[in-house]
Amino acid sequence: MAWLFVAPTIALLLAINIFPLVWMIRLSFTSLNLSMSYLPLRFVGLDNFTDILTDEDVWFRLQTTAQFVIWSVALQVVIGYGLALLINRQFRGHSFWTTIILLPMMLSPAVVGNFWTLLLQPQIGPFNYVISLFTGVPPSSFSMTGQVSLAPWTIVLVDTWMWAPYVMLICLAGLRSIPDYIYEAAEVDRASAWRQFWSITLPMTVPFLMLAVLFRAIENFKMFDMVNLLTSGGPGSTTELVSITLKRAAFEKWRTGYSSALAIILFVTVFGAANIYVKALNKVKQR
Amino acid sequence: MTAALAKSTAHSIVEASPRSKAVAGSLVILYAVITILPLLWIVATAFKSQSDAIAYPPKVIFEPTLEGYVNLFTVRTRQTPDFIAKLPPPETWYDKLVRQRDMVIAGPSKVVPRFVNSLIIGFGSTFLAVFLGTLAAYAFSRFRIPLADDLLFFILSTRMMPPVAVAIPIYLMYRQLNLTDTRLGMILLYTAVNVSLAVWLLKGFIDEIPREYEEAALVDGYTRLQALRKVVLPQAVTGIAATAIFCLIFSWNEYAFAVLLTSGEAQTMPPFIPFIIGEGGQDWPAVAAATTLFVVPIVLFTVLLRKHLLRGITFGAVRK
Repeated sequence: MAWLFVAPTIALLLAINIFPLVWMIRLSFTSLNLSMSYLPLRFVGLDNFTDILTDEDVWFRLQTTAQFVIWSVALQVVIGYGLALLINRQFRGHSFWTTIILLPMMLSPAVVGNFWTLLLQPQIGPFNYVISLFTGVPPSSFSMTGQVSLAPWTIVLVDTWMWAPYVMLICLAGLRSIPDYIYEAAEVDRASAWRQFWSITLPMTVPFLMLAVLFRAIENFKMFDMVNLLTSGGPGSTTELVSITLKRAAFEKWRTGYSSALAIILFVTVFGAANIYVKALNKVKQR
Repeated sequence: MTAALAKSTAHSIVEASPRSKAVAGSLVILYAVITILPLLWIVATAFKSQSDAIAYPPKVIFEPTLEGYVNLFTVRTRQTPDFIAKLPPPETWYDKLVRQRDMVIAGPSKVVPRFVNSLIIGFGSTFLAVFLGTLAAYAFSRFRIPLADDLLFFILSTRMMPPVAVAIPIYLMYRQLNLTDTRLGMILLYTAVNVSLAVWLLKGFIDEIPREYEEAALVDGYTRLQALRKVVLPQAVTGIAATAIFCLIFSWNEYAFAVLLTSGEAQTMPPFIPFIIGEGGQDWPAVAAATTLFVVPIVLFTVLLRKHLLRGITFGAVRK
């Protein structure tokens, strides 16, 4: 009986996710190139995998991705947690302003990437003028998306604009889960506000914070849409995240065998990292 | 520090003092205003003329026009002033607006079909995902299913794969099945992505409904399906609605699959918007107009979902 309820979902996932995945694993051992698909399918063993893992460029892309993930998640944690602490003071109208702050994360990342290119245009966009207002640097003297030194920070900036509210929302739930009596007991013991934060607030919100970090890190490791539209990996390949490399190999160079192997490597990485992280998370929760 | 503490103790032990509330409030409002400015800029750009939109330096004050919206919905051709002078007088306000720019409307643009695609694919995949998800979530919540935890993890894990990676085999499979660039293909794909979210969220909602009601209904001779339909569903209605909105938002916003697997027939709004071009590059007022129209439903949904937002973005892991 139970199976009748679950079977349609499992069948759909098998057809749309698992069957293609298995097919992709098979293809990763071939030299299939879709722009030359008239060639007979040739099995090349682990060649694709060794090609990828010994390719310096791929390692550079992975480094770029790691730097993007670390910096964007770190900034989002700092801003998100800070905002959550402030909003938790329950000032008048906090609910309305929270909703406003949440808006960016609900938008389509592709559309966000697209309209930020207008905002960041050196001459016609408002962003450089605002910076110029505060620093005095002429607005057309720098380009946030066109300069090698700035572009990696630009994708971090826009991603943080979009996702700091996500961390905020989860941390806010963590703060609200702390029962009042703990603070009351701390007051009785004359613990300072600083001490209360380090001994009560922070430890009790760590599981929530880690959950937010887990979700954001996985999502940003897979990041494609927003960056593809904002910088499309440029200038040069300074913001070419690994998903963009994958898209180029698979859908521009049509190297299906090679890109299947790369896709599998990425998938295993995400999965492995997530599993290790979840275990760490459970340990923190048990404490 | 001690003074502040003494003050807060006088007020209430755990409630923040009025002064700290005021400081917190002003900082949050400052952040909210800064964060919303980019969106307001885009909404404003939609009402700029082509030259105001790319003015250097950028214009904060400008004369509003509906040109951006007209350009978004039409295809225009440039004509000589002589030719335009010979035409019969313009019939509508937008004809008039276009002719002031020495152009003539040649026909409707593709924006309406793309919008319709977004709606059909969004609602189609949402309906299917919520339907399948409700059945599965009910089973996971009420029956003893062998390996339930593993199955739930499997369902979730399908969502962890990078979309570009998933698109590679899907592209090959859809080519064989003639599903590339079809609405059906996109509906099936989005359903598969959304169903994992739907199962996890709905299981949480159904878990919260006491079993006693259905058990009473079953004793009264209802079948399982009847009990689900007449007892559980009415109580789960808010949860189902919230889940549906989350699925709809995902399909509405999705870009990677759409750009890799559709090119015309089934193309949705996100891959279409960046390629609204005028004479010499992106037609920013039209792009901004499309963005505004595309984002308005999301803003409404965010306000509607406010209470369930946290659950939705954490797959039901955090509930309050």
